[in-house]
Amino acid sequence: MATGAVTAPRPQASDRARRAATERSRGENRLGWKLVAPAVVMMLLVTAYPMFRALYLSLYKYRLTAPEDREFVGLNNYLAVLTDSLWWIDVGNTVFIMVVTVAVELVIGFAFAMVMHRLIFARGIVRTSILIPYGIITVVSAFAWQFAFSLNNGFVNGWLPLVGDDFNWFGSKWPALFAICVSEIWKTTPFMSLLLLAGLSQISEDMLEAAKVDGATWWQRLWKVIIPNMRAAIMVAVLFRALDAFRIFDNIYVMTRGAQGTESASFLTYRQVIEQFELGIGSALSVLLFLSVMLIAFLLVKLFKVDLAAARQEG
Amino acid sequence: MRTKVGQGIGLVLILLWCLFPVAWILSLSFKSVEEAAAGSPQFLPKDPTLDTYQVVLQDADFQRALINSFGISLIATTLSVILATLAAYAIARLDFTGKRVVLSIALAIAMFPVVSLVGPLFDQWRVLGLFDTWPGLIIPYMSFTLPLAIWTLSAFFREIPWEMEQAAQVDGATAWQAFRKVIVPLAAPGVFTAAILTFFFAWNDFVFGISLTSTTDARPVPAQLAFFVGPDQFNAPTSTLAAASMMVTVPIIIIVLLFQRKIVAGLTSGAVKG
Repeated sequence: MATGAVTAPRPQASDRARRAATERSRGENRLGWKLVAPAVVMMLLVTAYPMFRALYLSLYKYRLTAPEDREFVGLNNYLAVLTDSLWWIDVGNTVFIMVVTVAVELVIGFAFAMVMHRLIFARGIVRTSILIPYGIITVVSAFAWQFAFSLNNGFVNGWLPLVGDDFNWFGSKWPALFAICVSEIWKTTPFMSLLLLAGLSQISEDMLEAAKVDGATWWQRLWKVIIPNMRAAIMVAVLFRALDAFRIFDNIYVMTRGAQGTESASFLTYRQVIEQFELGIGSALSVLLFLSVMLIAFLLVKLFKVDLAAARQEG
Repeated sequence: MRTKVGQGIGLVLILLWCLFPVAWILSLSFKSVEEAAAGSPQFLPKDPTLDTYQVVLQDADFQRALINSFGISLIATTLSVILATLAAYAIARLDFTGKRVVLSIALAIAMFPVVSLVGPLFDQWRVLGLFDTWPGLIIPYMSFTLPLAIWTLSAFFREIPWEMEQAAQVDGATAWQAFRKVIVPLAAPGVFTAAILTFFFAWNDFVFGISLTSTTDARPVPAQLAFFVGPDQFNAPTSTLAAASMMVTVPIIIIVLLFQRKIVAGLTSGAVKG
């Protein structure tokens, strides 16, 4: 009532202007949604809907080879997965690969970024080379490293000093995981280094110069000036790579097929659905995989306090 | 002087890191099938041959996979970039509620564990008749490349001086002329970059490629490589596989050589401010 009393005596001209403004913003709103709608629908069509369907199917005992026998089992599929040591071994492998690859990539990627940042010659060549591992098909990278480590055709045993010529890298778990990590690290370090390079180029030269004048050593400048100032870039790079590494599938499929206990959570899910036709259990695994990724993303964002939307939106 | 030497060493290390495994596949592809089967742990081939390439080129399944991969990736890229251009324009230029929601959806999908979709899609695609067809792969490729394309494009579009469009119209250009002569040339590099990154993604995909196809009707190159047996079923086709790998890597190297500057700009746009 009170507000009505206040607005009523306003002059008509401003009222009309305001109406025009809201009309305009409403139009802009409508146009905005019309333009983003196709993309949003397309993105959700293949993700949200199947995810809900996985949620639904995960409550059933459902083998694709015997669709008539489908029966409701409640949370039994989840129970079966979570009480099976295989799931935990696979999750352990996946987390191991994620932590190792991201840590190594961060160090090497940072070193590469520092070199590229300071480089005054051959910039085009470096940029081209660094994009080759990024662009190469993951399956090809996996083959290249599988052959490099292989007993029959690989040069690695011959080149490494402490390794015997007859050492079978794919014969036991940890060496096989090592080979998998090498392929993953080789292929994705360039991406990491480019993101870090972009962060590095944001740091003002004046600040570094000032630190130098004040007598800061190279090491001090690195830890007190450079790294704190590119926190955002490091966080974005780590978050993206960590979630990407958690989904590891291609390298494992090609290099070991999950043999010697090298399976990842993604590979287990794939195997249940596509090879075993266990859609019920497979769907439960899908949901668990999805929840794991959400959890990791949540933990990383909380841990690093990154405002991702802001980091992305600023552009 | 010292910094120059340091730079030189760094440069060599980066080049070694990036190119050495490629050199290894190249070298392996020149080994004859017999040499690889007998076991040849040395880096270089004893007796270089191009036979492996001939075998690959004559492999009908591989040819078909190349066609599938190029076709599917190109169509998915084109459609994805069109949708992303519309969305990115809205995000960069218009003020509408829910902009953050759209960006968050894109972000969530970029992080989505793709394997968790394999089960439900496998089931649905068979019902819908999309299993083992081109559209069956084009649709998921579009969904998963849209986030990347939207970010890249909205970052590019934000940099465009849109006032120039009005300026051109004030100078007497029609709306269409202003759009075509002013905006299109400014926006084209961004669109092109988004297209390259999208194409890389589709070209690289393996999870959907092996799960949603069962024959050479739609099977893309990475999946075909994983199933490659070669003409001699009793010996692992190591060197032939290396030749096939080289052949699918060459297009990537050419694209990278031609457009390295644009790709780097696209990859890092929006990741950090600037």
